[in-house]
Amino acid sequence: MSPWFAQADLDWKTFALWSVVKIVCVVGVLLFFVAYSVLAERKISAFIQDRLGPNRVALPLIGSIPVIGPFLTKLGFWQPMVDGLKSFLKEDFTPAHVRKVYFWLAPAITMIPAFLTVAVIPFGSTLGNQQMVIANLDVGILYTFGIVSLGVYGIVLAGYAANSKYPFLGGIRSSAQMISYEIAMGMSVIPVFMLVGNLNLNSVITYQTGHLFNWVLLPNWLVFKQPIAFLIFLVAAFAETNRMPFDMPECETELVGGYNTEYSSMKFALFFMGEYANMIASSAMMVTLFFGGWTLPWFGLDQPAGNFIGGVLHIGIFIAKMLAFMVFFIWVRWMVPRFRYDQLMNLGWQRFIPLALVNIVVTGAVLWLLAGH
Amino acid sequence: MIVKRDKLTFWERLYLPAIIGGFKVTLRHFFNKKVTMQYPEEKWVVPPGYRGAPYLVKDQADRTKCVSCQLCEFVCPPKAIRITPPGPQGSPEVGNVEKAPKEFEINMLRCIFCGFCQEVCPEEAIFLMKDYSLTGTSRGEMIYNKEKLLSLGGVHQDKIQKWKHKAEEAKEQGVAP
Repeated sequence: MSPWFAQADLDWKTFALWSVVKIVCVVGVLLFFVAYSVLAERKISAFIQDRLGPNRVALPLIGSIPVIGPFLTKLGFWQPMVDGLKSFLKEDFTPAHVRKVYFWLAPAITMIPAFLTVAVIPFGSTLGNQQMVIANLDVGILYTFGIVSLGVYGIVLAGYAANSKYPFLGGIRSSAQMISYEIAMGMSVIPVFMLVGNLNLNSVITYQTGHLFNWVLLPNWLVFKQPIAFLIFLVAAFAETNRMPFDMPECETELVGGYNTEYSSMKFALFFMGEYANMIASSAMMVTLFFGGWTLPWFGLDQPAGNFIGGVLHIGIFIAKMLAFMVFFIWVRWMVPRFRYDQLMNLGWQRFIPLALVNIVVTGAVLWLLAGH
Repeated sequence: MIVKRDKLTFWERLYLPAIIGGFKVTLRHFFNKKVTMQYPEEKWVVPPGYRGAPYLVKDQADRTKCVSCQLCEFVCPPKAIRITPPGPQGSPEVGNVEKAPKEFEINMLRCIFCGFCQEVCPEEAIFLMKDYSLTGTSRGEMIYNKEKLLSLGGVHQDKIQKWKHKAEEAKEQGVAP
């Protein structure tokens, strides 16, 4: 057995070096998007509510450039910077009644899985001779589900560590919700891999190249072949990331702030960053699994890039698709009211899991028939 | 009364119509005109009859209209007003005309903008104006004294000008400056 990275035809030193470079870049970009998706959330929410949103923060030098400076200020472009600074400068208060060790651990445990998920996602084809994925695992999706299910521990631990009733209720709710929807989520992607025949996310993307029914307008994306799977995955992703309409764990009207009630300063910010990183990760997962990843079926953009510009273009396509999903995540927040807890459970266990099972069976039957039996 | 509810149709139970409706509403509002007022730059124009902060007024002849009757001090529900009357001698600068207060203080932290002082004033000397945002850096700063109240209140266009005639009379008798 050769180690799993041997397929890259590299000695381990080059491999390690490039991996570090990629990890640094990806985490940097991810943090950037986390910061700016908070801004996007605030801006889009404001616009939907007929407000203007953050439009005050100006930098001394850039703010005085004509046109661009005021425009960026109006856009709230510097807001994330100020928000971050504020989080750092606020008093990091630890209430006397908390369980200290877990209280300190919980934000990190929420944050880390969200970042780890991104490791297996191919965010571009090639750049030079490097594949644009941190770890091209053959068990890609299994790794993702493994890591994602760790995410619940952070919230449960935060609820437990806070040692007060509202965070505790939030923690309990989140554990039930996330575990239930993980099942639906896991089952929903099984048909995808039955079609692809492989768990590697790169082969999922390769499978989605070309056109559906050889019709130029329609990309061969799995969302068209597996709409039900996509729907279940989408809803489950909302539940997994605790977004409206499934934000039971932190539902403000009932639970004050949910699991993060007792947190302040940077620890609170870590929960927030974890949530947004989770949103980005699940957007990236949806793009990869159902929307062709970094490919576009036109202009030969579905083949690995031959030159540098092509590689950058692929990354751009991936990011654009991902951002579209982020906007969707934010948009839905103001569209539907929060589900009641029992409705949520009902939907997960009695609707989506049977539906996912049926989807698996039907897909299997169709594949069996197509194989010529 | 028992309201009979229709059973949801299959289409409605799919939850999709609600989502599509939500999409429409949010999209419409996204492109709507925004209602935010950029506060320090653009300020709210208060409607006529608005009850803002109470200030003292002068008449056209630059005379304080207040005569220290202390009705407003008496009627003020939160006891925000404190008047120091000039005493039997009267204050020298107004001559023997009106009994202008020696000191007139309104604690704007206590004031509830009820308008009773304006209502009760027999001389039309105090009015609730349009200031709704009073700020200061200390409690002391928020107690407005006579000078401040008079300068903020400005001139009231008085039709009768009672003190003008009284001042002329006093001048004739040689008791006013």
